[in-house]
Amino acid sequence: MGNKDIRILVVDDFSTMRRIIRGILKRLGYQKIEEAEEGQSALKKLKEGSFHLVICDWNMPVMTGLDLLKAIRADEQLKAIPFLMVTAEAKRENILEAIQSGVTNYIVKPFTEEVLSKKLDEIFSTKAA
Amino acid sequence: MSVEFINPFINATINVLKTMADMDPTPLKPRLKNITQSFGDVTSIIGLAGRRTKGSFAVSFSEACIVRIVSRMLGDEVTEGSEEIQDAVGEITNMISGGARAELEKKGYSLEMAIPTIVSGRGHSIKHITNFPIIVVPFRTEAGPFFVEACLKEEGSLS
Repeated sequence: MGNKDIRILVVDDFSTMRRIIRGILKRLGYQKIEEAEEGQSALKKLKEGSFHLVICDWNMPVMTGLDLLKAIRADEQLKAIPFLMVTAEAKRENILEAIQSGVTNYIVKPFTEEVLSKKLDEIFSTKAA
Repeated sequence: MSVEFINPFINATINVLKTMADMDPTPLKPRLKNITQSFGDVTSIIGLAGRRTKGSFAVSFSEACIVRIVSRMLGDEVTEGSEEIQDAVGEITNMISGGARAELEKKGYSLEMAIPTIVSGRGHSIKHITNFPIIVVPFRTEAGPFFVEACLKEEGSLS
């Protein structure tokens, strides 16, 4: 499957970050990109369609990124979807908690296009292997 | 509040603007601030709390400066007073706060952060969460100034 066929859900309560991530994904050749502003609406979208990746912030109102991650991993239909946390939460305990909850990979904001590209390569090469 | 507290915010501010907007802000000499009036036109303030420390942190941008920063972050021109500016200021504050907290954690200070509040308008008031002394660090950029304010107290200290 090429980048243009990969369906990605970007979840962040700040439209600025959604727009930055969407811009990078477009430049990398990903075309099927959808957005959600927080965890609950993201979960609804995930249950409605087949996504190949979730890129998600941590701190969000209503349902946090960590709670969304836990909900996905507890759901038979969704639990295999790779989950990339992109967050300003750089504290060691937060990263450990995300790993224990089943995060696939982790990016600390601020980040460059190269960092996001490398993480996506890692996720999809592991998945294909 | 000691230099130990303010330096992580200065370092994180430089890192965020360099990484996300390819800008090199220059920090000027920190000073005490004893008025509530903002030095910038758009401000984001965020509460921080931990077992040993509590207070708040704010970033206040001049209009020209934030327009340039957000335009560079998005790769698209934005206009003064737009919703995009307000949103971006909140996200910039989150990133600076996250970076500063990670550095403070290495020094033994664990802090949690709230969701930022945005205030705009020339000469608006910045209401920090506590009455502790406020340290302001002016920054110079090619597009105009902005200001980082920290108002944090370590439990047991006098200032």
